[in-house]
Amino acid sequence: MTESTYRIHGATGDWEVVIGLEVHAQITSNAKLFSGAATAFGAEPNTQVSLVDAAMPGMLPAPNRECIRQAVRTGMAIEAQINKYSRFDRKNYFYADLPQGYQISQLYHPIVGEGQITVTLDEKHPNSATKTIGVERIHVEQDAGKLMHDQHPTRSYVDLNRSGVALMEIVSKPDMRSPVEAGAYVRKLRSILRYVGSCDGNMEEGSMRADVNVSVRKPGEEFGTRTETKNVNSVRFVMAVIEHEANRQVDVLEAGGKIVQETRLYDPDKNETRSMRSKEDAHDYRYFPDPDLLPLELDDAFLAECRASLPELPDAKRTRYETELGLSAYNAATLTAEVETTRWFESLVSESARAQGKSESDVARAAANWLLSELFGALNRLGKDLETSPVSPAQGAELLALVADGTLSGTLAKQVFEIMLETGDAAGKIVEEKGLKQTSDTGAIEEAAAKVIADNADKVEQYRGGKEALFGFFVGQTMKAMGGKANPKVVNEILKKALG
Amino acid sequence: MSNVTDLTVAEIRDGFRAGNFTAREVAEGFNANVAAAKALNAFIVETPDHALAAADAADAARASGDLKPLSGVPIGMKDLFCTNGVQTTAASHILEGFIPTYESTVSGKLWDAGAGMLGKLNLDQFAMGSSNETSFFGNVISPWKRNDGGNASLAPGGSSGGSASAISARLCPAATGTDTGGSIRQPAAFVGISGIKPTYGRCSRWGVVAFASSLDQAGPMARTVRDNAILLEAMTGFDPKDSTSLDLPVPAWEAGLSSNLKGKRIGIPKEYRVDGMPAEIDALWEKGIAFLKDAGAEIMEVSLPHTKYALPTYYIIAPAEASSNLARYDGVRFGLRDLPDGANLQDMYAATRAAGFGPEVKRRIMIGTYVLSAGFYDAYYTQAQKVRTLISRDFDRAWESCDLLLTPTAPSAAFALGEKQADPLAMYLNDVFTVPASLAGLPAMSVPGGLDAQGLPLGLQIIGKALDEQSVLNAALAIEERAGFTARPDKWW
Repeated sequence: MTESTYRIHGATGDWEVVIGLEVHAQITSNAKLFSGAATAFGAEPNTQVSLVDAAMPGMLPAPNRECIRQAVRTGMAIEAQINKYSRFDRKNYFYADLPQGYQISQLYHPIVGEGQITVTLDEKHPNSATKTIGVERIHVEQDAGKLMHDQHPTRSYVDLNRSGVALMEIVSKPDMRSPVEAGAYVRKLRSILRYVGSCDGNMEEGSMRADVNVSVRKPGEEFGTRTETKNVNSVRFVMAVIEHEANRQVDVLEAGGKIVQETRLYDPDKNETRSMRSKEDAHDYRYFPDPDLLPLELDDAFLAECRASLPELPDAKRTRYETELGLSAYNAATLTAEVETTRWFESLVSESARAQGKSESDVARAAANWLLSELFGALNRLGKDLETSPVSPAQGAELLALVADGTLSGTLAKQVFEIMLETGDAAGKIVEEKGLKQTSDTGAIEEAAAKVIADNADKVEQYRGGKEALFGFFVGQTMKAMGGKANPKVVNEILKKALG
Repeated sequence: MSNVTDLTVAEIRDGFRAGNFTAREVAEGFNANVAAAKALNAFIVETPDHALAAADAADAARASGDLKPLSGVPIGMKDLFCTNGVQTTAASHILEGFIPTYESTVSGKLWDAGAGMLGKLNLDQFAMGSSNETSFFGNVISPWKRNDGGNASLAPGGSSGGSASAISARLCPAATGTDTGGSIRQPAAFVGISGIKPTYGRCSRWGVVAFASSLDQAGPMARTVRDNAILLEAMTGFDPKDSTSLDLPVPAWEAGLSSNLKGKRIGIPKEYRVDGMPAEIDALWEKGIAFLKDAGAEIMEVSLPHTKYALPTYYIIAPAEASSNLARYDGVRFGLRDLPDGANLQDMYAATRAAGFGPEVKRRIMIGTYVLSAGFYDAYYTQAQKVRTLISRDFDRAWESCDLLLTPTAPSAAFALGEKQADPLAMYLNDVFTVPASLAGLPAMSVPGGLDAQGLPLGLQIIGKALDEQSVLNAALAIEERAGFTARPDKWW
C-alpha cells in the first residue's frame, strides 16, 4: 500500500484528486436480463428484440438465471459480500430508447456488497507498490436501446437491440488519487471480469464503459464537490478525463468559483469535458421496488456452485507461477495480466510437459521465455495476437521439446520457428524436410574444430596466452563450419579439450 | 330445451357432451344475444367468428371423442387481456387499434381448454374505476333497473363492468375479469352474479395489460359458484413468464365443491360495520351469517384493526405502480401517436398522453408520480407498504381463530350512472370492503345474497386464506344454495 503523490500544482498550492468509478460491464450471456432475446453485437437494428424488450402491453420481465450467476461470480472474484437477498427497483424516466419508461436496476438492495481490488501501480515493474481499491457494490440492471440520428433529416430512429441487455454496474469507493491508479483499476477489473468470463471487457464495442467521478481538495481536507463524466469507453480516456477534469476544477476553484455537482460528457476529439446537466435539472427517477419481480433469494447450493465454477484468478495465478513454476516476477505478471495469455501459456506448459515427459515446473521457464520473447515478438511483427496466432500451443510445445532434447540449438529453433510461422507446419516435419537437425556427431565436430585451430594458429597462441575471450571465436567458426547444426554443448567440450 | 343462452357453463358443457345440442347452436345463440344488446355497450369488439370456429372445433372433437374441459362453451374476454390478432385496448384511446401479435397466458389457457370467444368486453379505462364510466368507448350499462318506476341507467360496477353486464344479460355464460381492488367482486355484486379473485399468483399476469402489478389478479365471473370453479381451473397454473406466478398444481376445485361447512369457522370482521352503511346491507350480512350457520359453520366475531387504512393504502400503492406501468404508452412503438408539427420528443409524449389517457387515468398517474417523488416517497409509498404489511398481518391473526371471513361485497347496491362521477372519493369508497383482501393477496369471492328494496342485487363476500380457494368456493356455494337467487333483469335492451 502506498499514498499517491500525484498532485495538481495550482497557484494556491497542491491539490489532491479524488476519483471514484462506476463501471458498466455487459454480462456475457446469450440472452438478455429479463427476456429470452439474443444479445449479438453488430446485428441489424431491431433484430434482437423480444416483446418484453419492446415493452409491449402486458409483457413481464423474468430474470435470466445466467446473468444473476455471472454477477455473483464476479462479486466472489473481488472478495465481495454476496447478498443472498436482493431486489430490483424501477428507475423511471422517459426517453425514446427506454421502451418501458423505466430501467430495471437495483438501488436499494444490490446483489453484491463491498469488495476490493488490488492493483499494481506500475505494471511494468511487478514488484512496485500496490494499492487496494474498495468496491462499494455491484448491481445488475438493464441497458437501454440506442437512438440513431443520422438516418433521416428530421427524425430519429430507435434501435432496441441493446434494450434489456444485462449490465453489471461496479461502483468503486472514492479511493483512487491519480489517473494512474484509475487506469490500473480499470485494467485490473477488466482482467478479472475476463478471467471470470462474466464480461468480455470489450471497450470498443461498449461492453465496458465507465462513469468517472472526480473531485479535488487540498490534501487532508474534506472531499470536494464532484462531477460525473459519463460513458467513457477506454482506459486512456478515463485517465485523460481525470487529468482534464481535475485541472479544470482547480482552475475554477482558484479563480474563486465553485464546482457544481453535475453530469459531464467527454469529447475525445477535443480532449475536454463539458456540462450535460446539473443537479438542479437532474431527473427525479422515482425509484421504487419493481412489483413485477419477486426479491432475488440465493440459496447456499447456488452460491456453492458459483464459487466452485470460479477459475484461478490473476493474483493467485501470479503467485503460483512464481512459487511453483519458478518464473520471474515480471514474467509471472505479464503472463497473468490477460486471460488469453494465461490460457495459451498453460496450454503450452502442459503440452510441453507431456512432450518432454517432465513436470510442468521443469518446462515452464523455457516455455515462458519462448512465449514472451519469440512468440510475442513474431506476433507483434505480423500484427497478430494469440487468438490469430499461426502457431498453436501444441506446435510450440513440439518446438520446445526439440530444443530440450538437443535436436535443435537455439539458433536452429529460431529458423524452424520462422518456417512454422510461414507454413504452419509442425517443427518435427520442418526439421526432417530441411535437414535442420543439430548434430552431436563428435567425429565431424572434432574434424571441423581441428581445422579451425589449424587455420588460426595466431589466435590459438593468443588464447593460450590468456586471451580467453577468443573462445567464442573458435565456437563461432566451428559452428559456421558445421552449417550451424552442431550441438553447441558438444562444440564447447571438444574445443575446450583441443585448446587445452 | 328452452334457450341455450339461459344455461350455465356446467349445463352447456354437460348438455353439449350429452348431445342435447351442438356447440354451434350455443355459439349462434350467444352471438345473437350479443348482436342484439348494443344498448348495453358491454363489448368493445365482437368476435362471433372466433366463437363459431371454437364451436365447430368442439363439435368435431365430440365426434372424435376428443373433448376438452370447456369444449362447447363460449365466453367473453375482458379487453384487458391481449388476444392475438384481436384488438386489445384496455378501453383506452391510447391503445385504440392496437392488435397484439401474442395471446395472454390466461386467454390462451381458456382457448386451449376449448372455450370460444364472443368478444372483448368493455371496462373502466386501464381497469381504473368502479362504475365503468372511465371507458373511452362509452360506459357499459347495467341490464338491471330500479323497481321505482324510474328509468335511470345503472352502473354495472367496475372495472369488469362489461363482463358483469354481459353475463347478467345472458350475452355470455361466463367471462374473464381482473381484480386489482375489487374489480371482479364489486361488479359481480352489482348485477347479481358470482366472481372470484383467486390468490395473487394463481393466474399469470403475462399478456394482461398492467394496472398495479402487485395487486392485479385475473379471475372468472359467472352466474354460479360451480361455473366459477370450472373457469378457475382452466385459467390458473404456473407460468414461468410471470415471476410472481405460483408454481403450484391446480386443484380440482369443481370436484371439491361441497356446501357442507361443518367444522368451518367463519369470522365476522367488526371493522367492516362502517358508518352510514345502509340497513339493507347490514340485513343482508345477517342473512349471510344465518345461511352459513345453517350449512354447519361456526360464526365468530373477529377484528381486523387496520381495515380503516386499507383504502388510503390502496390509493397510494395502486397509482404508484400504475404511474410507472403506464409509462410505456408513449407514442413511440404502438398505439396512439400525436406528433404535432415541429414537435420534439417531449412534445410528442405530452400530446400523445394528453390525448390518449382519460381523466381518471391521468388522475392516478399524477397521484402515483407524486407519491413516488423525491421527498414524498417515504411519507407515502414506504409508509403505505408498511401498512400493507400490517393489513396482511391482521388477516394472519384472524386465521388463528377462523377459516373464512364473511362481509358485504360493497357498501351499496348499484348506483346510477353519473351519480358518483363528480366525486372521485365517493367512488373510491365503493372498494372499501374489497380492497383489504387485494392488499393481502387473498382469495375472495362475491356471491349474490338477495335483492334490496329497489329490486337490485346485493353481494356477499367470502375471503379465504391464501391458496384456500376451495373453502371460499364452498362457503359461496352454501350461500348460493340457501339464497335461492333467481332474479334476473327484465329485458329492455
